[in-house]
Amino acid sequence: MSVSNEQVRHIAKLARIAMSDEEIEKLAPELNNILGWVEQLGEVDTDGVEPLATVIDQKLRLREDVITDGDIRDEVLANAPDAQHGFFAVPKVIE
Amino acid sequence: MTDLTSKTIAELRDGFRGGEFSAREIAEVYNSAVAASKALNAYTVETPDIALAAADAADLARAGGNLQPLSGIPLGIKDLFATVGVDTTAGSHILQGFQPVYESTVTANLRNAGAGMLGKLNMDEFAMGSSNETSTYGPVLSPWRRTGSNVGLTPGGSSGGSAAAVAAQIAPGVTGTDTGGSIRQPAAFTGICGIKPTYGRCSRWGIVSFASSLDQAGPMAKTVRDCAILLEAMAGFDPKDSTSLDLAVPQWEANLSSDLKGKRVGIPKEYRIDSVPAEINALWDQGIEWLKDAGATPVEISLPHTKYALPTYYIIAPAEASSNLARYDGVRYGLRDVPEGGNLDAMYARTRADGFGAEVKRRIMIGTYVLSAGFYDAYFTKAQRVRALIKQDFAKAFEQCDVILTPTAPSAAFGIGETTDPLAMYLNDVFAVPASLAGLPAMSVPGGLDGQGLPLGLHLIGNELDEQTVLNAGLAIEERAGFTARPDKWW
Repeated sequence: MSVSNEQVRHIAKLARIAMSDEEIEKLAPELNNILGWVEQLGEVDTDGVEPLATVIDQKLRLREDVITDGDIRDEVLANAPDAQHGFFAVPKVIE
Repeated sequence: MTDLTSKTIAELRDGFRGGEFSAREIAEVYNSAVAASKALNAYTVETPDIALAAADAADLARAGGNLQPLSGIPLGIKDLFATVGVDTTAGSHILQGFQPVYESTVTANLRNAGAGMLGKLNMDEFAMGSSNETSTYGPVLSPWRRTGSNVGLTPGGSSGGSAAAVAAQIAPGVTGTDTGGSIRQPAAFTGICGIKPTYGRCSRWGIVSFASSLDQAGPMAKTVRDCAILLEAMAGFDPKDSTSLDLAVPQWEANLSSDLKGKRVGIPKEYRIDSVPAEINALWDQGIEWLKDAGATPVEISLPHTKYALPTYYIIAPAEASSNLARYDGVRYGLRDVPEGGNLDAMYARTRADGFGAEVKRRIMIGTYVLSAGFYDAYFTKAQRVRALIKQDFAKAFEQCDVILTPTAPSAAFGIGETTDPLAMYLNDVFAVPASLAGLPAMSVPGGLDGQGLPLGLHLIGNELDEQTVLNAGLAIEERAGFTARPDKWW
């Protein structure tokens, strides 16, 4: 199985990374190399093997449904590239 | 007075407590050493004032009789740990200028234990790399050089700044993180010790995420004892990390013992690889002899799925990374680039194109592909099944042995720019990755120098939660290897 330039362009779109045609050209063989290599896993018989869910056996804990932080709006916004009126601001999304 | 920078953490701690020197003297000596080491590019930020403030607090604590375990000890912190008010960038352009308003649990634990901070340490971007060459700040130079050569060598990665700092004695100890060998391979390359504990021992809260099911913090230092001291301070249950283990922290330092009588050391036959230099296999044989000398019995074991560990890792780690790194979108923190007249989607794509380096993009692309519709089962689920088999291999092996000995890395340190093929770079972690996939504690201890005068490491893998046997076997090797070589100062 190998990925075409068109597929690489599609993955880049899914990953939200802008890429020029030159970058796609360069990346496609690199990805094919890596994907070709990982495909050796096909040799392993995994019939009846459950996929690993947790590496060290443990149960996910539950906690009381109470507020453990809050009232930290300004801290949350402190590193925002653009914050206005107590909100994250982004380029206009509605035409 | 001997140079304080040549002392171990245990010696600094005990000398400070005994009144031989003050914490301020320690901090000042290290601050100067850090400031004079710019040629190594090990630190991305220097924080001499934070080191001094902690030192003054330690001197006061000594006077007041309320010393903490790490009072007086200044440390270097890998740039992956969120440190309040201090740049935390994971070696990435996309996080340049990010100053967290919160502190990671591990660094908070270290501060509460009395430790100071010398600065933040350079690393491969988002911990993705084995040579420190993917950092936006440029590569770290190893303090080590081949005999008679001036060629710049990598300190390994991703915790390369951390490793270089300890080897160059510009930090007595440091934090690292290990996703698939990022503590152990650089420790081996630079002739120092480093341990990755059992997954869940150290809280991941406030550590910039790479692959959440694999990421673990751990210490790197000159000696096994120093690693035990630091790990005790770093580890511990944290309700803010859902995979944190709710267990008491053992007294690893107090229980250190190099007497291995009754212990069985597993030697996995699948790790005997022809392409590995003879010197590395010879050191491995020497390591077996050292552990026998300490009272242990070697046993041949089999880890049949070893050869599939790297390909499994290079599905799982990029998959988790592509998901974790989706948060860098130019909205909440970090870089934002908007093309002229661009909309929100264009902002995401441009920000991520400008902010991420080539290796990070490569891994996000692989991760996105293996998780995409139609491929998820063939790649990701398959890898998780193989991962279960790899874990089972170890579980069976530990019915026959108490600790496993292997080489840490398949080569000594290589030159900057020498390894350009991504796949060849990935092979650096061939011995380190299986223990990561199984969540097991593992450590690298220096064993000796190769023919070029470069350090080589031995690798110990323990059963779940059994850091003690790993540390004890490490101590037995350390005592017998007598590794005292230090790089000649050229920086």
